[in-house]
Amino acid sequence: MTHYVVLSAILFTIGCVGVLTRRNAIVVFMCVELMLNACNLAFVAFARQHGNLDGQIAAFFVMVVAAAEVVIGLAIIMTIFRTRRSISVDDASLLKY
Amino acid sequence: MTFWILATVMVVAALGILFARKAVHAALLLAVVMISLAVLYAVLEAPFLFAVQIIVYTGAILMLFLFVMMLIGVDAADSTVETIRGQRGMAIVLGLAFGSVLVIGLSQVTLGTVVGLEEANAGGNVEEIANILFSHYVFAFEATSALLITAALGAMVLAHRERLTPKPGQAEMAAQRMRDYADSGKHLGPLPSPGVYARHNAVDTPALLPDGTAAESSVSRVLAARGTVRSAPALADDIVDVRRQLGDDPTQMPDPSGVSGAPASTEEDVK
Amino acid sequence: MTSLVSLLPLSGGADIPLVSPDTGAGGVFDLLWLVIAFPLLGALILLVVAPMTRGSLQVQMEKKGHLIGTAAALASFLLSLVLFAALIGRGADERQVGQHLFTWFETGSISVGMDLLYDQLAALFLLLITGVGFLIHVYSIGYMEHDPRRRRFFAYLNLFVAAMLTLVLSANFLGLFLGWEGVGLASYLLIGFWQHKPSAAAAAKKAFVMNRVGDIGISLAISLMFATFGTTDFSQVSAMTADADQSTLNVLGLLLLLGACGKSAQVPLQSWLLDAMEGPTPVSALIHAATMVTAGVYLIVRSNFIFDLAPIAQTAVVIVATVTLLWGAIIGCAKDDIKKALAGSTMSQIGYMMLAAGLGPVGYPFAIFHLLTHGFFKANMFLGAGSLMHGMDDEVDMRRYGALSKAMPVTFLTFAMGYLAIIGFPGFSGFWSKDKIIESAMADNLLIGVLALVGAGITGFYMTRLMLMTFFTEKRWNENAHPHESPRVITVPLMVLAALSVLSGALLAGNWIVEWLEPVTGRAVHHEPPLPALVITVLISVVVAIGVAAAWFLVAKRDIPRTAPQDVSFLTTAARADLYGDAINDVVVIGPGAALVGGLTTLDRVGVDGVVEGGSLAVGGISNAMRRLQNGYVRSYALSLLGGALLVVLALLAVNLG
Repeated sequence: MTHYVVLSAILFTIGCVGVLTRRNAIVVFMCVELMLNACNLAFVAFARQHGNLDGQIAAFFVMVVAAAEVVIGLAIIMTIFRTRRSISVDDASLLKY
Repeated sequence: MTFWILATVMVVAALGILFARKAVHAALLLAVVMISLAVLYAVLEAPFLFAVQIIVYTGAILMLFLFVMMLIGVDAADSTVETIRGQRGMAIVLGLAFGSVLVIGLSQVTLGTVVGLEEANAGGNVEEIANILFSHYVFAFEATSALLITAALGAMVLAHRERLTPKPGQAEMAAQRMRDYADSGKHLGPLPSPGVYARHNAVDTPALLPDGTAAESSVSRVLAARGTVRSAPALADDIVDVRRQLGDDPTQMPDPSGVSGAPASTEEDVK
Repeated sequence: MTSLVSLLPLSGGADIPLVSPDTGAGGVFDLLWLVIAFPLLGALILLVVAPMTRGSLQVQMEKKGHLIGTAAALASFLLSLVLFAALIGRGADERQVGQHLFTWFETGSISVGMDLLYDQLAALFLLLITGVGFLIHVYSIGYMEHDPRRRRFFAYLNLFVAAMLTLVLSANFLGLFLGWEGVGLASYLLIGFWQHKPSAAAAAKKAFVMNRVGDIGISLAISLMFATFGTTDFSQVSAMTADADQSTLNVLGLLLLLGACGKSAQVPLQSWLLDAMEGPTPVSALIHAATMVTAGVYLIVRSNFIFDLAPIAQTAVVIVATVTLLWGAIIGCAKDDIKKALAGSTMSQIGYMMLAAGLGPVGYPFAIFHLLTHGFFKANMFLGAGSLMHGMDDEVDMRRYGALSKAMPVTFLTFAMGYLAIIGFPGFSGFWSKDKIIESAMADNLLIGVLALVGAGITGFYMTRLMLMTFFTEKRWNENAHPHESPRVITVPLMVLAALSVLSGALLAGNWIVEWLEPVTGRAVHHEPPLPALVITVLISVVVAIGVAAAWFLVAKRDIPRTAPQDVSFLTTAARADLYGDAINDVVVIGPGAALVGGLTTLDRVGVDGVVEGGSLAVGGISNAMRRLQNGYVRSYALSLLGGALLVVLALLAVNLG
């Protein structure tokens, strides 16, 4: 089972680096989804490890929350794009010192 | 075996998301990761999640990404120049450190024997999940319904745009056109149609003006943004080709490069 | 201090009488509260009701308001007479009458009643305050005739009389303090009555502030009484002092002495009295000569159950008194302002009273005796001075007087009676009262006695100087001065007071006042004076005669310049400057106080504010540097987040695997 968890960790790290390096808000969002999926993989793997379906339920809830989050997140991105004509996360940097 | 193949595919695809310049490519690579993940779910004795992963993630969420990308415009490609000093380097260093710490830490752990889900899935995976979901997690489940409703409402509110001025009718638009013409001499009539020489799908070929230059407004902006508009020298080649096909002697014709001075529209022009 | 204590044999062993008023006396004593109520009502009508009236009633109030005030004083005086007669009618040991009016306040175990105590001491004070008060009311009708604010003046006078009566009638220290503050307020209002004069306003403020210093002593004493005895009733405190700790009683005594010093203008709180002469002359006569300034003497006599058991405090009283009686006398010698000369004299005479009060039971009756006679003759002389000013267009400088005996014969004659009384001319009241004090002082301690004797000589000198400069020698009047005798309304009170100045010595006839006060002050154990009493009396007369003769040779035999000469001895310069009382205050209190406050302000600004503002500046500076981290880039924040997560994971690993 360890290799599933290690794969999950690798995917999570890749998602992290993607969030940190990419500037296109949509791609950043995709990387967030990648991280969520990596977590789901760990959940499902541990469910099998322990012979318990609670892990799968958790993964299910993560999916629901991710769906809601994507809906709202993309709506926000669209609204920002509408006003600023840009989806670069670096452009929205006015809230500072 | 399935795991190793899929793991390789997934890591490669995930790294592809990191390096893809275009968002669409990233989305497609993400779809690869997700479908592979679904297969892994199936391997891990989670057929319900396998289905949900395909339907919800790949089918709904990823489609939503694509829709938004379509609305925003696929032409917005990421610039590779990092704007925050030290961000990329630090991100890579920290990411590698984080990943290696996780991997090393996990490799130190012995998880023991795998229990497996044969017993838990005895009555069928979907039925068992339903059993737990509607007994133990019923309140959480109800809460997710509220969350989804809220999200739907929120999306509607965010996407809604209040119309501040009355919608212009045909009369107003005509009047506006006349005003533009009076003010800046903007062309009154319809835009010129592309494709003077219908040798192939001529939508990507700008019309030529009487002096032999390309009429930029005759091709779609999107094509120009993609960089698939054929340039004037290529058009000149076309003329030569056509003549050859017609059996005319190309040498009798004047040098086409002399008359088609202006290049077709390029990316810079659009920007 | 201890050596002085041993020097002064105290009247130890004298039994201190308890205060145990009879609250069920009934009869006329039930009307006791009216003595205070009359002037209080007068003050209320004149001060509160009168300004609310409109139309002709208001005009009447302004024109006839003084009659209400005078009537109130007269009513109080008549009632005091009736009460006094009733008190004499009772047996010698039943002459303490109490009256409980209402419970003033009650908090926890402390309950303070508005109780009145009418005993032999209070009876004498009642007669003095209401009698002299009434005469001065009458006098003021004439003196203040042309003042547009006469109604207000009489309101303040009534307020003062009510407060003073509260002071002497209260059966507990807290009620006494109420009256004490009341007279302080009235004194402030009356000194500054001509508030349009900056000097009057400043003098009122000075008197008020210096009295506050004394009041701190009294309020601390009252607090200490509550803490020690749980009550301030004279009856309960007097019953408990016998068993109380002597050091507590000493502290109590010293605190009360501080209060007495403030109110009675004793060194070191003496300097306000001379400035207080800025007030109208009737005020100087009533408040700053006859009644209020003697409240300190009353306080000490009334607290005899404390002072008799507090030798250190008693010694302090004697020292303060002796210093003050010389201090005031020396100032009186050099002043050219007739009222200030009289004020110095007042200070000196109160010193005599305090001296007697400090001697214990043997001196208390003489302190009160001298207080009464002084109240008469000093009020007489102050009113006489007012009459002189009335005739001389408010001129107060004696160097502008001279040869006024012809022009103002009634004033001269009445003033002469007061003069003979104060220097102690044989047969006059002052002769009896001062003689007894010096005799007692000599019996107690020779040094103090001799100093008091010297004081009597100086008294003879400065009073003779005042008389000569005012009524004899040649005219030095201002050009358009037309001295004339004052109207009847002014001279009649003068005559009454002059008569009292002459005759009040009769109070000592048959040792009456001593026996009358004995139930209050206790039986005295007499020490034999070092010389026979008759010899001391002759000695005093000789010393006074020397003082008079010195004045005769130094003043009458020389020309008196119209402006004060400047090339005079150091002592004269010092005395003209009130013996540097203000300068001493400046150096000892105000200077260090200002320096302390300045230092504290600087410390507060540099130290406390420095720490606070420095702290805020440091926080601000660090924040300024730190805010650069807030660059607005979400990805930068996310990077920090990842760093944090990395640290958490490392910590987890370190804990779990380490």
